[in-house]
Formats: sequence, C-alpha cells, structure tokens
Amino acid sequence: MHNLLMLLQAQESVLVARNTYALLGAGIGLGLAIIGAGIGIGRIGGQAVEAIARQPEASADIRGAMILTAALIEGATLAALVFALLFKILT
Amino acid sequence: MMQAPDIGKVILEHTADSRVIELPFGLGEWHLPHGWMIGGTDFAPTKHVVFMALAAFLVFITIWYGGRQVTRRHASGKGPRGFGAAVEAMVLFVRNDVAIANIGHGGEKFAPLILTFFFFILYCNLLGLLPWGATPTGNLGVTAGLALTAFVVIEISGFRALGPKGYLKTIVMIPPGMKGPGAVAMAFIMTPVELIGKIVKPFALCLRLFANMTAGHFVILALVGLIFVFANWVIAAGTVLFVLFMMCLELLVAFLQAYIFALLTSVFIGLMQHEH
Repeated sequence: MHNLLMLLQAQESVLVARNTYALLGAGIGLGLAIIGAGIGIGRIGGQAVEAIARQPEASADIRGAMILTAALIEGATLAALVFALLFKILT
Repeated sequence: MMQAPDIGKVILEHTADSRVIELPFGLGEWHLPHGWMIGGTDFAPTKHVVFMALAAFLVFITIWYGGRQVTRRHASGKGPRGFGAAVEAMVLFVRNDVAIANIGHGGEKFAPLILTFFFFILYCNLLGLLPWGATPTGNLGVTAGLALTAFVVIEISGFRALGPKGYLKTIVMIPPGMKGPGAVAMAFIMTPVELIGKIVKPFALCLRLFANMTAGHFVILALVGLIFVFANWVIAAGTVLFVLFMMCLELLVAFLQAYIFALLTSVFIGLMQHEH
C-alpha cells in the first residue's frame, strides 16, 4: 500500500491514488461476491444431485428447481458486478 | 510489436448504445438520426431502439407464422409439426407452467403479458449473439422499462383484485393472529419493509436481466481482446475454444433469463392476487 501510494504521488496527483484504491476496493468486493455465489450454487448443485440420487423419478422437477434457484443466486452476484462496474465508470 | 489496443474502450463501445449501426458484411454504417426533441429529451432512435423494433417484429413473425401453421393443421385434424410445433410447445409451456401455475385461477388474463415478456426478452437476448448484433436488454434503460411495466401490472392488478382495503393490508402488513399492541408494533416494523420490498422486487428484475446480458458479453469481448493483446497463435487457439464454450453458456443464459423474468413476474402477480 505504502509503495503504491508513493509511486503514484511521485508521478501524478492524489486523484489517481483515489482511483486506484477505488478499483482495488471494487476488485476485492467482486471477488468476495463471487465466493458467495460459488458457495451458494455449489450447495444447490450438491443437494440437488443428492435429492436425485434419493428419488430418481423426481429428477425433472429437481433439475428445474435447481436451475431456477441457481439463476436467482446468480442475479444477486451480478448485482454486485454492476455496482463494481459503477466504481470503474464513475471515477 | 504492435501497440496493444485499448480493450476496455472496445468492450464499452460494443456493449453500450450508440447512434451508428454497423451494417453486416461490410456494407458500411447507418448513421441514425438525432435531434427529435420532445420537451428537452432527444427521442431519436438509437441502435438499441432499432434492435428492439427488430426483436418485436421477429416475435410477431414467429407467433403469427407458427400460429397459422398450427391452426391450419388443426383444421385438417392433424397435430402440428415443424416450426409450428416448436412455437406451440414453447407458448404452451410458458402459458401453463409459468403463467397459470403461478398466478392461479385468474391466470389466463395475464398469459398474453407473460408470453410477450418471455418472447420479447428472448429475442432481444438472442439478437446480441448474432454477428453484428446488439443486445437491447444489455441496456439499463430497456430492462428498467420492462421492470417498470411489470411493476405497474403487479400493483394495479393487485389493487383491482384485493380492493383498496386489501391492497393497503399488503403494505401495512400485520402477521396473521396478532392483536393489540403487538400488532401495532409489527405494523410499524413491517410497513417500511413491505414498501421497500415492493420497489426492490422489480428493481432486482431489471438489474438481474441487465447484468446477466452485459456480463456475458464482457467476458467474451475481453477474451477475444486477449488475442489482440498477446498476438500469439497458441493463445489464440485456446482462447477461441474457451470463447466457443462461453457462447454456448450465453445461449443458455439468454433462454434462462427470459424464463426467469417471466416466472418472477407471474410469481409476483400471483402473490398479489392471493393475499387473502
């Protein structure tokens, strides 16, 4: 952090440093959001497969519910993506 | 060594709206008009508006032609086949398993709306996957308009089904079975939550559709941009394979997001219809 700030202040104004920290924050936030999505969708996939193993006749219903729930969780993650994009576009 | 192109700029140019449409096969560019001012806002068509009109036209052609095929074969007592069968399968799926299943017994009245949402969003999403195509639903304004339409339908249909008093009960929500000061306290807590919920649900619809469409295109354009940055055959081969996989995923996401939008709209309408 210290080196980054000194490096930038050696070249340009503090505005660039603010930009860098904003992008850093956006990147870290995005990574955390993706971790959440990965855990959530992974759990759905695992439990859906378990449910199909327990009752193969219900496999079509389970598959439908799995895809629907995965898409909803994806929606939350992509909301985080949109806000991270805002970090890039607004500064 | 060539100067590496500004990939970020290329990505934003390809996904954002513009007033120039690049015609396919090198036919040139079509500069759209501008300056149709109505009260301080420019209402001239932009690229996404033109593609929305194209999607609407394609929806009309699909349903009309498919419907005609089905009717003609129905008149001679046979089942549909070919293109008409595919259209009928999708229409029946959305009508029965999405609209009527989630709205309940008033579902047939809302089926045309849900079908329109599904097919229009589907065609808008698919147009973005064609070469020289653009995704209208990758524009926050378009998805906001769709979500606003859904919001208006949900609230007004709920108002008409429940009456003013019943509609107010969905806002000042008192959990069933509570009376007295407990009920008043719960009402104080739940009312802002319900109000915010009414706004947030269509907002989430808008954001989900927009982000899914834009994210896919960003990934594909960034990967293709990698080829230009590295200018290396081996990397290009690997990237092309990965981009092919991402395009297949995009196809799935196009169908899925249209289905999710239609499904969630019908679920919200159903929730408002059956509050009591």
